[in-house]
Order: sequence, then C-alpha cells, then structure tokens
Amino acid sequence: MSLAPAIETKDLCKRFGNVQANDNISLVVEQGTVHGIVGENGAGKSTLLKMLFGFYQPNSGDLIVNGEKLSLDSPSEAMAAGIAMVHQHFMLVEPFTVLENIILGAEGQGLLRHAAADAKAKLKGLEQQFGFDLPLDAPVSQLSVGERQRVEILKALFRGADVLILDEPTAVLTPQECDQLFDLVRLLKSRGKTILFVTHKLQEIMAVTDTVTVIRAGKVIVRTATAETTPDALAEAMVGAKISRAVERRDGSKGMPRMKLESVCAQSDHGHEALKNVSLEIYDGEVLGVAGVAGNGQTELLEVLTGLRQVTNGTVSLSGNVTNSPNTFTGPIELRDSGLAHVAEDRLKTGVVETMTATENAILGYQRSADFCRNGLLRLKAIAAAAARYFESQDVRPRNPELPVAAFSGGNQQKLVIARELARDPQTLIVGQPTRGVDIGAVTKIHDQITELRNAGKALLVVSADLDELMTISDRIAVMCCGVLEGVVAIEDADERSIGLMMAGSSGELATP
Amino acid sequence: MSAVPAKLPTVLESLLMPFLNILVALFVSGLVVWGLGEDPFFALGLLIEGAFGYEEAIGYTFYYATNFIFTGLAVSVAFHAGHFNIGGEGQAMLGGLGLTLAVFWLGDTAPLLSVFVAVAGAALFGAGWAFVPAWLQARRGSHIVITTIMFNFIASALLAYLLVGPLQRPGGQMPESSDFPDGAGLMQFHEVLAYFGVSFEQSPLNLSFLIALLAALAVWFLLSRTRFGYEMRVAGKNASAAAFAGVSVPRVTIIALMMSGALAGMMGLNELLGEQLRLIGNFTLGYGFVGIAVAFMGRNHPLGIVLAAILFGVLYQGGAELAFEMPTVTRDLIVVIQGLVILFAGAMPHLLRRPVAALYGRFAGRGAA
Repeated sequence: MSLAPAIETKDLCKRFGNVQANDNISLVVEQGTVHGIVGENGAGKSTLLKMLFGFYQPNSGDLIVNGEKLSLDSPSEAMAAGIAMVHQHFMLVEPFTVLENIILGAEGQGLLRHAAADAKAKLKGLEQQFGFDLPLDAPVSQLSVGERQRVEILKALFRGADVLILDEPTAVLTPQECDQLFDLVRLLKSRGKTILFVTHKLQEIMAVTDTVTVIRAGKVIVRTATAETTPDALAEAMVGAKISRAVERRDGSKGMPRMKLESVCAQSDHGHEALKNVSLEIYDGEVLGVAGVAGNGQTELLEVLTGLRQVTNGTVSLSGNVTNSPNTFTGPIELRDSGLAHVAEDRLKTGVVETMTATENAILGYQRSADFCRNGLLRLKAIAAAAARYFESQDVRPRNPELPVAAFSGGNQQKLVIARELARDPQTLIVGQPTRGVDIGAVTKIHDQITELRNAGKALLVVSADLDELMTISDRIAVMCCGVLEGVVAIEDADERSIGLMMAGSSGELATP
Repeated sequence: MSAVPAKLPTVLESLLMPFLNILVALFVSGLVVWGLGEDPFFALGLLIEGAFGYEEAIGYTFYYATNFIFTGLAVSVAFHAGHFNIGGEGQAMLGGLGLTLAVFWLGDTAPLLSVFVAVAGAALFGAGWAFVPAWLQARRGSHIVITTIMFNFIASALLAYLLVGPLQRPGGQMPESSDFPDGAGLMQFHEVLAYFGVSFEQSPLNLSFLIALLAALAVWFLLSRTRFGYEMRVAGKNASAAAFAGVSVPRVTIIALMMSGALAGMMGLNELLGEQLRLIGNFTLGYGFVGIAVAFMGRNHPLGIVLAAILFGVLYQGGAELAFEMPTVTRDLIVVIQGLVILFAGAMPHLLRRPVAALYGRFAGRGAA
C-alpha cells in the first residue's frame, strides 16, 4: 500500500506501579482494513486501547497516526486525530433523543436549534453513505441494544472519525444483530474507514477481520493475516497452551425435578409484565441454560428463583415446597438455608460490594450463618479463615483477601463469588452470566466446575448472554423473549440459528428490551 | 495522571492528608488575617494559647469537642447506612427535651440513676425524632435530606413553644425551663479531680466527654464487629447487594437513622446535664450541622471523628479567645476560619491527594528500583 498505516505503534510500553501492562507493543493497522485484537482479560488490551484513545499516555514508545508521530494527551486529541472509540458499555444519555446524543459535546454553537438543524443535514449524508436507518428523534431508551450501538458508531462518524475502535462490540448482541454489525463493519471498510475490532471471540475475528494481533501478558504474541491462521492457533496464542476441557459431561439420566415454576408472572421494577406465564422445571443432574437478548425477562426470572422478587401469579417451588407465590415469599437467606446458591448476573451491582474487602465479601449472603456470626457478633477469625479457603480453592489472585474487591480483575472477582456460593455444597445453583468479564483461562475452569456439579447430580440453571457458552454447558436450553418462554430445546436438537430466531421472538422480528 | 497510585498507605491517607489540608486552611485564614493588617502568626499563637494555654481553656476545648463527637458520630452512623442525616440539630433539641422530661419525671434522686434515665430519655427522643424521616425514607421514598432539614425547623419551633409555654420556669421571663431537680446533673471534671485531690480550674467540661468516648467506641464496635453493622455498611454501599444478601434495606435504614438520632440526642447531656442544668432554647447552637463537617473530616471513622471533634473544639475555644484578644478579628471572622477548615479538610479531602501521591509514587518507585 502506498498510504501510511492508519495507526502504527512502535514499542509502546505502559507500567502501572510494578505491573508492566503493555510491554513493547508494536502493531500496524493499514488504512481501510479491519484489524482484530484478541487477548484474555488482563492481557493488556484495554490499556492499549486507552493509549490509542488518549486516555493513558505511554511510558515509552511511539504512536504514529497516518504517518505522523503524535502524543495524545486526552480523548479529545484522539478524536481530533480521527480516532473514535465505541465502548463496550455505551456512553449514551438514555432520555435524550438519538440526535441529541449524537451532537452532545459537538454542538458547535450555543443555540441547540441551529446545531440540530446543521447536524440533521450532515447526518442525512452519513446515513445514506453508510446505510443507517435510525429514528433520530426517538429517545435512546426506546432503542434496542443493536440500535444503540449503531448510534454510537454514527456518533463517531459524525465527529469525523476515520479510525473506529470497537471494544467487545458483540458482547450484548443476538446472533442476528451480530451479523448486522459485521455487515456494517464491512461497509465501513469499503468506504475507507479503518476498524480496530477488539474481542475475545475467535469466530468473530475469523468472520470480519483482515489482520489480527494476539496479546498475552502485555506482549504481542502473534501478528498475522486472518486468512493465514485458524481459531485453534489463535486460542493457543491467547492462553499459551492448548485449552483442554478437563471435565467431560457424563451421560446419565437426569434426576427428580428440583425446582419448578408454574405459570409464573412477575413485574419488572418499572411495573411492566416482565415474566408472562413461565412454566419450567430444573432437574437434578442437569444444566438448564436460559438464552435471550438481555432484558427479556431473564433478570426477573433469576430474581423470582432466588427470593429477590415476588411473583404476581403462579408458584415457584424448591424440592417440593412453594417458595414464591402471590401469598408466600421466601427470602434469600432461607433459600440459602434450603440449599440454593445464587451467582448474581451483575457481579458488581449485586454480587459483591466493590469497596469492601474480599474478606467482607466472602460472607455476603451468609453473614447470618452460625459459622460467621454468633449472638449478632461477627466471628472475624472464622470469616478470615473462610476467605483464605476460598482464595485457595479457586486460586484467586492476588492472594490478599484484605484488598477491596474493586482491586481484583473481573475473573478473580467471579472466582471469589463462585467459591463463596459453592462453600455450602448447594443442591441447587442459580447462575447469571457465569463468565461475564472473565478471562478465557478462567472461563474454562468455570465451565468445568459447572459440569462437575451437574455430574454430581446438582440442579443448575444458567442464564447467559453468550450462546456459545450455553451450547457448551447446557443439557437443555430455554429461550426467552419479551418475558415469554419461547421454548425449551434439548442440546442435541439445538443449533445457534434456530435459537437465535427464538430469541428474536416467534414473530421473527428483533426483540427490543 | 496515570503515574499516581490509586491507594496510599493508611498512614499517609488518614494522618498526613488531613494535616496538610488543615495547613492549607490555616494558610488561607492567615492571608485573611494578614489582609486585615494583623500578624497571622501572632493570631495563630493566640488561637493555640486560647485553646490549650491554661487549664480552663483546655476544659472548654474538650467541652466543645464533646458536642462534636456526639453529632459527628450521628452523621457517620447514618452515612455508613448510605444516608445523609442533616437533622442532627433537631434531633439534639429533641434529645434535650427528652432528657429534661426524664429528669423531671424522676424528680430528686440519686445522681447515678438520674444519669441513666437522662441518657435513655435523650437517646429515645433523638431516635424518635429521627424515626419519622427514616420511616418516610424507607417506606415512602421521601428524601431524607429534605425531611430531616424540615424536622430541624419543627424541632426548633416546638422547643420555642414549650419554653414559653408548658415548660417555662414558673414566673420566668426567659425561654428556659426550671432548674433540674437536685442530683440530676453530670459531675464536672474539676469536681471529679478535686475528689481525687487534684486541683483544676473550673470549666464546663464534664463526664459526658467520657460518655462521648464510650459512644465512639460503641460505634466502632457496631461497625466493625457486629452483624448489624456489617449489614448496615452493605446496605449503605450497595442496596442491590444487600437485597441479594437477604438484608432488608428499609429496616436497616430505619434502625441506623434511629441510632443516628439517638447519638445526636445525647449531645444534650453535655450542654444541659453537664452545664446548664435546665433546658434552654436553641442550646444546640448549630453543633448538629458542624457534626457533618466533623464526620467528613474524621473520614467517618470513630477515632477520626474524635480527633476532628477536638480540632473543632480548638477552633471554637481558641477562636473565641482570639476574637477577644485581637479586636480586628471579629467573631464572624472566626466563623470564616472555621468555614475554611471545613472547606479544605471536610469538603475537599482530595485537594492535595494527587501531588502527595505523585511524590509518594516517586519515592516508592525509587525504593523498588
């Protein structure tokens, strides 16, 4: 190519204290290509992105944009250099309209009315060029996740971005929405935009990128054209060794129904019907996966199962006893005492208290058990011992339970949560998003643990946004859309496409949360 | 920006940082004094002399600190449960009322018994006054900041009414009650010391200072050693995680705020049972609000609150002396200085964090290299 690379880094280094987060990272992203960056959580992807986006400044090394050596001191300087980032968690103001979100911070003038008119004209051009069809005057809160992502991308284009950094863009999308995203990425490429596609899903790398860089422990391990590599090779480069699943699923007849939902209806926090006549059984010795686009009732399902939300109709029973009906309600502590454990789907919001230490978090939910509390007083020694055991059993690092939970990586936080929930050998385990924000090495371990529990005859329900994950660990997959249970598919009969269609509702239209 | 370590050693964080912030506040105060044409160092000397220079001054310093310990603890207990109790002032007034009613109800009796009854009355009324906003917050979602502020006005008006009405000293003209019955009162320090044969100048410092220290110890124990304290902190930091853990957030809110109200209510012990020996109108004099600053300066830790309370005792007592000795520095200016300390040490605790952290990072880095 005659053009200078859109982005080139030479020996970029970044240290945090004693941690070398990025160690001599060199990469070249040619103009008009899609470049994949893969790596485990904690491999240094985010650090690299944040340097490209001007959020961090490298300790040494060069950053060259369009052949020009730059030092980006802030995201706005990166923006001025034509680099934009689409964050994994969207940076949108929900009550604002699409148009307001797009011009936010780039109004260009004091009077919003003129700014909006100018922006509309400019957006029309962009929409035609890139095939967007977004309702500019609708509030963002009414859009589906996929549409919100397109708003983010349009926002970046509106600001004149030539290089788009997409950080884990498919984490929240249905398979169909993913396909639409890939189409958009290809279109952007054909119009001369350069795209950095960051993910840990290797199929996506194979599907959409031209070149790929694998980062492990802060170093570039592989730099190659996508066409010349395989998912297996990439996976190996990512984790350093071939991943093998240690635990095989044993065939075995499933046992008794452990948990039962009959015609369950429940309301969401906003008062609308979030679960509509859901009937479901979870058997001993099986993993029931629950698939669906986020916000289609899975959260409420987890809550009615774990004593966090009362049903408005129907019953939930555990081991034959009704735990949740419009007249009876058993809270989380009693449910734990009856052998139910809960790995919360939103770890930071619900599963842990970030600012408290790992030791303090080790008893969250079990603080009233006689092991940890006597006569209203905490048994600090027993609690510290339990925390040490949890750290040991799940290999939580760094091995210091006195650090606040926020100081641990997502994977290590999840390990702590899992250790806590498995400590009392529960018969029933309700798991939300078992591997969200967890690095691939830990993912395998968590999947193995789930399979082990299943083999040991426990009843498990796993809600996950990652369909591949559910396909790997489940015996049956229940699919939810708009609060309705669209169906339950045995794993032998399940394929991603049909489940994807069920996730989008029987009408075939894409579900909006 | 990224060279700054996220966490500093505890010693730096909890001792050096507040100290530096106070220095900055004193520096700015010094500029103000200097602007008035006075010598700031001389003024500082007067302030310290006024707070610690002689026995009576020390007594007054700790006498004021006692108030701040109670109100600071009150704010911090509510804060640990995730709520801003702005109603310390009103709860203290009601605590004073409760204490007064309790000692009158008991009549002439043994001093020790009256102290217990007075403590119970103060705590009960303070807690009761906090209960209504707490209940409204927990069950109806009415914002506690608004309701507690409103309850301060109601408390003030109630006290004013009672002290010119049913509770007024018969035949009296002032908004104050009759004197407490004999035996209802806390011994003052100079009396206690005299009992042991030590002579100490007379000051209003009384046994409620020890009660305040006990309260601080109790709050520390509650927060770090009890299950309820644990559940309260979980609820205060993350209501969703609290629900996950089976903690009833509304229940915790109500109990924590009642504890908070009880602590604020006990402030009356110092002012009324330790010094005035009658109920007087507006005896709280804004101490309930200063408690907010004390709690923040003390990083919501009981020990920090005791230290911050003593600092404010110094500012109150030393400031009064300074205003007396140096006429250009008026009482209002003392309030300005107090405001500056609150601003720098309470409201802007992270002002100097970055440079200190950078400096520390450099030294720590050098140590590692």
